Amino acid sequence: MSPANEPGPTTAAVQAVNLVKVYQTGGLPVHAVRGVDLRVDRGEFVAIMGPSGSGKSTLVHMLGGLDGRTSGEIWVDGKRADTLNESGWAILRRQKIGFVFQFFNLVANMTVADNVELPALLGGSTPRHARERREYLLGELGLADKADASPAQLSGGEQQRVALARALANQPQVLLADEPTGNLDSRNTRDVLRLLGEVHRQGQTIVMVTHDARVAGLADRLVTLLDGMIVDDGAIAPPRRRTKPGAGDVVELRG
Amino acid sequence: MRLPLLALLAKEPAHGYELKQALEQIFGSAYPSPNIGQIYVTLGRLEKDGLVRGVDVEQSNRPNKKVYYCTAAGREALDEWAESPSEGPRVRDEFFMKLVLAPMTGIADRMALINRQRRHYLAIMRDLVEVAEQTDQDNRAAHLLIEGAMLHLQADLDWLERCQEELA
Ligand SMILES: Nc1ncnc2c1ncn2[C@@H]1O[C@H](COP(=O)(O)OP(=O)(O)O)[C@@H](O)[C@H]1O
Ligand SMILES: [Mg+2]
Repeated sequence: MSPANEPGPTTAAVQAVNLVKVYQTGGLPVHAVRGVDLRVDRGEFVAIMGPSGSGKSTLVHMLGGLDGRTSGEIWVDGKRADTLNESGWAILRRQKIGFVFQFFNLVANMTVADNVELPALLGGSTPRHARERREYLLGELGLADKADASPAQLSGGEQQRVALARALANQPQVLLADEPTGNLDSRNTRDVLRLLGEVHRQGQTIVMVTHDARVAGLADRLVTLLDGMIVDDGAIAPPRRRTKPGAGDVVELRG
Repeated sequence: MRLPLLALLAKEPAHGYELKQALEQIFGSAYPSPNIGQIYVTLGRLEKDGLVRGVDVEQSNRPNKKVYYCTAAGREALDEWAESPSEGPRVRDEFFMKLVLAPMTGIADRMALINRQRRHYLAIMRDLVEVAEQTDQDNRAAHLLIEGAMLHLQADLDWLERCQEELA
């Protein structure tokens, strides 16, 4: 058995064990995440859906160490992570985690190209490799001609795509994303979908909160949250095999 | 398929196989590839109803082929088709029937029903994503048809979420 198939926290790309988050702000405590168990294996693409306020953002923020947990465990690439301090998390993120937020957090006084190359350089890539990776990612996202722009010169949808390129720059162990297509029109969404599909086929592990059914349609597995708990977790059936490419049909699909 | 075939014949007379090719070319992989038998059956019915007329055309060293024309009555049927509104959103939704009736009859748990349906919709979406990938980028009709199906699915998923919030 390959290490990736062995059970237990040691080999998952990322894993939560009985994870709990209670926000204590002023008045009543808010039980945002209430005992989540989630194991994501290497190479999986997991979509997280659920109504607004069900705890999706809180969950992925905790998985990336951006929000502290109240109790429970987090494991990243076989290492206990919930016990790390801020700088420990910062190092772990740099090495293993790509993150795309609902808001993009680009560095304002750096060019688009530098924003994308920075994580790869911090993660130990050679400058040449970082540049090649940046050129590939921006090209795939239709942003090749924006490399020298500053983030403020870009539209919301463009900034969001740069944020995705940045998150993928150092081929992280796991990509965590919180509604990464919220600001995109349908043509840009198509570029993002194509890139996500491609990096996933190359083995990228992805955990993605999304309301966009087209994005969720790329995933292998769907996790549904309701009131801070997982109420459904299972595989999405793979596409039907088609004898000749293109012999599919929308109408019969609906049958 | 009746009226689309009639519409193609209003453009120009054609035989069955040409109609099959025209449908495939126009709608691409986004539409079920029509089977030639179905086309002949449909043409036969259209002829019986007086909407098309078939004329045998002799071919050298091949059996005769039948070329179909759209008749005046056919044109009228097409006008009527074009002017009548097409079916709108579904109100009689089978899934919703199950969802409402489940707790009364004990046939299923609502949460399980919703979850299963959601994954079913996403499996359809996954299929559509693949169909879109395999469809020629230049076939705009096919891509619009796929996009429409995707938007419908999005609405179905949003509605499932509402059901889950309200009923579960
Ligand atoms: N910083 C915070 N302080 C207090 N409550 C919060 C905070 N962030 C989120 N919440 C609450 O936690 C719950 C889950 O929120 P969130 O994780 O953002 O849900 P989702 O991303 O699914 O919409 C909500 O009730 C929300 O109001
Ligand atoms: Mg959120």
